[in-house]
Amino acid sequence: MADTVAGASPDLHASGDDPNRRDFIHIAAGVAALGAVGGLAWPFIDQMNPAGDTLALASIEFDLSKVVEGQQVVVKWRGKPLFVRYRTAKEIEAAIKDDHADLRDPATDESRHKPGKAQYLVLVGVCTHLGCVPTFGGGDYGGWLCPCHGSVYDTSGRIRRGPAPLNLAVPDYAFLSDSKIKVG
Amino acid sequence: MSGHSTYEPKSGFERWLDSRLPIIRFANDTIVTFPTPKNLNYWWTFGGVLSLMLGIQIVTGIILAMHYVPNADLAFNSVEHIRRDVNYGWLVQFMHANGASMFFLAVYIHIFRNLYYGSYKAPREVLWILGCIIYLLMMATGFFGYVLPWGQMSFHGAVVITNLIGAIPVVGPSITTLLWGGFAVDNPTLNRFFSLHYLLPFMIAGVVGLHIWALHVPGNNNPTGVNVKSETDTVPFHPYYTVKDGFAISVFLIVYAAFVFYMPDALGDAANYVKANPLQTPQHIVPEWYLLPFYAILRAVPNKLMGVLFMFAAIGTLFVLPWLDTSKVRSMRYRPTARIYYFIFILACLVLGVCGAHAPDDLVIPHSGGVQFLDADLDSYVWLSRIGALYYFAYFWVITPLLGLTETPLAVPESISSPVLSHPASAPAGAVASPEKRG
Amino acid sequence: MLRKGFAFAALGLVLLAGPALGATTEKEPADVHWSFEGPFGKFDKEQVQRGYKVYREVCSACHSMEQMSFRNLGQKGGPFYDPKYPNPNNNPVVKSLAHDIQVKDIDTDTGDVISRPATPADKFPAPFANEYAAAASNGGKAPPDLSVMAKAREGGPRYIYSLLTGFRNPPAGLTIPTGKYYDPYFPGDLSGSWHGSPKAVPEGGMIGMPPPLAPGKVTFDDGKPSTVQEEATDVAAFLMWAAEPKMEERKQFGFGAMIYLLIFSGLLYASYKRLWRNVEH
Repeated sequence: MADTVAGASPDLHASGDDPNRRDFIHIAAGVAALGAVGGLAWPFIDQMNPAGDTLALASIEFDLSKVVEGQQVVVKWRGKPLFVRYRTAKEIEAAIKDDHADLRDPATDESRHKPGKAQYLVLVGVCTHLGCVPTFGGGDYGGWLCPCHGSVYDTSGRIRRGPAPLNLAVPDYAFLSDSKIKVG
Repeated sequence: MSGHSTYEPKSGFERWLDSRLPIIRFANDTIVTFPTPKNLNYWWTFGGVLSLMLGIQIVTGIILAMHYVPNADLAFNSVEHIRRDVNYGWLVQFMHANGASMFFLAVYIHIFRNLYYGSYKAPREVLWILGCIIYLLMMATGFFGYVLPWGQMSFHGAVVITNLIGAIPVVGPSITTLLWGGFAVDNPTLNRFFSLHYLLPFMIAGVVGLHIWALHVPGNNNPTGVNVKSETDTVPFHPYYTVKDGFAISVFLIVYAAFVFYMPDALGDAANYVKANPLQTPQHIVPEWYLLPFYAILRAVPNKLMGVLFMFAAIGTLFVLPWLDTSKVRSMRYRPTARIYYFIFILACLVLGVCGAHAPDDLVIPHSGGVQFLDADLDSYVWLSRIGALYYFAYFWVITPLLGLTETPLAVPESISSPVLSHPASAPAGAVASPEKRG
Repeated sequence: MLRKGFAFAALGLVLLAGPALGATTEKEPADVHWSFEGPFGKFDKEQVQRGYKVYREVCSACHSMEQMSFRNLGQKGGPFYDPKYPNPNNNPVVKSLAHDIQVKDIDTDTGDVISRPATPADKFPAPFANEYAAAASNGGKAPPDLSVMAKAREGGPRYIYSLLTGFRNPPAGLTIPTGKYYDPYFPGDLSGSWHGSPKAVPEGGMIGMPPPLAPGKVTFDDGKPSTVQEEATDVAAFLMWAAEPKMEERKQFGFGAMIYLLIFSGLLYASYKRLWRNVEH
């Protein structure tokens, strides 16, 4: 690149003028550019998180007087079925008896209900295997049976037999009064 | 100039990839080492701005499409849902809506730059025509997009434009029915406009690829209009123009941000915050600002079909501009007479835009009484738009061809690097005024 | 130089043309101002609370706000936001405001339509079952939804304030049919009902809504005197918040973005100048 014309294009290898050298200002500009892209990237990703109206339905209140003893009511919560079961004394007894049996996902019955409210069991009605909805009362423990691949849950919702790895999930809930719970 | 590649693969991986898919070589030759005239001014940065805006519109558009519902009963509410409930939905939506306006602002500056510096002239005719195709696709995309929020202006704007097509003899009404999917603009129309609005930007991206390819064959034009003669006339695109374009982009983003964050509805219409009602037309149907000049030309002609033809002719004229311009000098820097007519042309376009925003019968200068001429008051916007439209067509079909033959241009420098560069408008003593050879 | 001159002239032309978009006859809205105006504007929480009360007690009898849910009242930027309850569904004030209002629901046991107290997750209920019922009860024209009304009219909250305070007796010579009311700020063409000089047609139009506000009609919880002007100012502020609940967030984000872009432009300019300093161009 022999330059014989005055005022020609830059000699890229002249010392101190090499634009390829990482001058601080160029690095700073480059970092600022990446910062701008990153700053915009977070909102563009966050928009896929649940929107305000989805979050509004994230918690529901449920009136327990709707559940009859020995039965369960299924309501939709966060797009999934929620089991609210009013257990009989016999069912509670059977659950406590197996507290220290050979459980795949060990848990005491007491840890799966609210203190003083053993008769109410609130569980997410989604089988922990591949997501089907277990049927009420099926299986030889009197709890639930999942029709898809035969997982059997006891009267505490714990997995006893079949391919499911975990017990039926207990959601975050609280008693607002003796007859009302808030889930989520 | 598309010359031979200077890329040398450095690592083993680069050599392996280069012999299978020379994509790094391609990127290097196109945006790193590409020899670019060293005298490009800021009017040349808008190509980069446009590429960025296309990217922004596509990204924000895809995000919006995750939440928008293209159904006549749900569309308006889904847009409000995006603004209110979707995290940062307001940001994405305002960026997309104002991004369209910024996209058009940049494209108009880009087009006017081409007109001034003669960038459409040989050997860049195909480059120019590809640009006109991009412009046409942009207008279609903008039109379809504006219908989607299903406000009053969305709906009735769609009614007006689709009814225009009906003016075409013989096939018009059938095409309109095809567009409508029914007997009027309704849900089927909205659904297919959404599909087309999603499709067209990717077609634009494809034509942009051809556009840049067509640019790289002869290389960039430059403010002198003189061809690149040697390597000393150029600098590598990176880092000289990547950084310059970057600076121009950041300034452009400031203007963009001012709209998005502080005046997000300034370029829109209040009537579009009213849900579409087929049984009630808003007081004034006004398209988006970037379509106003063509809307004015359409309404300037009292006959429905002729109005449509003149409106399409206004855009079609651009396609044949390279053959209308007889000037042997490319850049208006050396064409002082042409420059004057050019500035009047810009004024005419702005005036047409203002006319498009007003009702045709409104008076330009409010007064009582007036002089009627033919179908309207002489002081009305419809007559002003007729004057504007007349100049628009005269500029391309009469003034431009005649000027090239009759004007005396200033002395054009021999090359980009020659000493006259720092005083572009003066003709130094002894310089040879060699008119640029075509081709 | 000539180019710059043309550019400025052109810009001036466009700016001039902006407001005069089509000659209409209504009066320009009054010059009122609110705290949320300008690049650093914020909503006055107490004002928006008062405005909600005006909407709830006066306007909601006829006007729906279908984009609003009770939880919006407690979200960040909203009139009843409490930082202790980032999730507005738990906000006790919001829950109580919702509980005051009955909404329709379906009894899942019987399938019947029932009424129950609202929860924060519920939308504001519409006063009429559908738009036909709304039109039938209101002289043939349904009262418009107010969710985005502050953005759906030229002049926005100034228009709303002016309209609400602008009701007056029609001037002599103007015949207003029963069921309609004269307001000089409402767009319309009164030349057909005017029996005076054709050059002096009164400005404004006839609106189907009777003057909705009256002194003392709404008792404000903070004790502010409830004049028609106060009620109108407050409900206009509430409607502006309802039209764009994210306005404050938008302006705050914008401030950060502008600062960043200014610094970014400065850095890039310096980088550009440094790169090009030895190139003749």
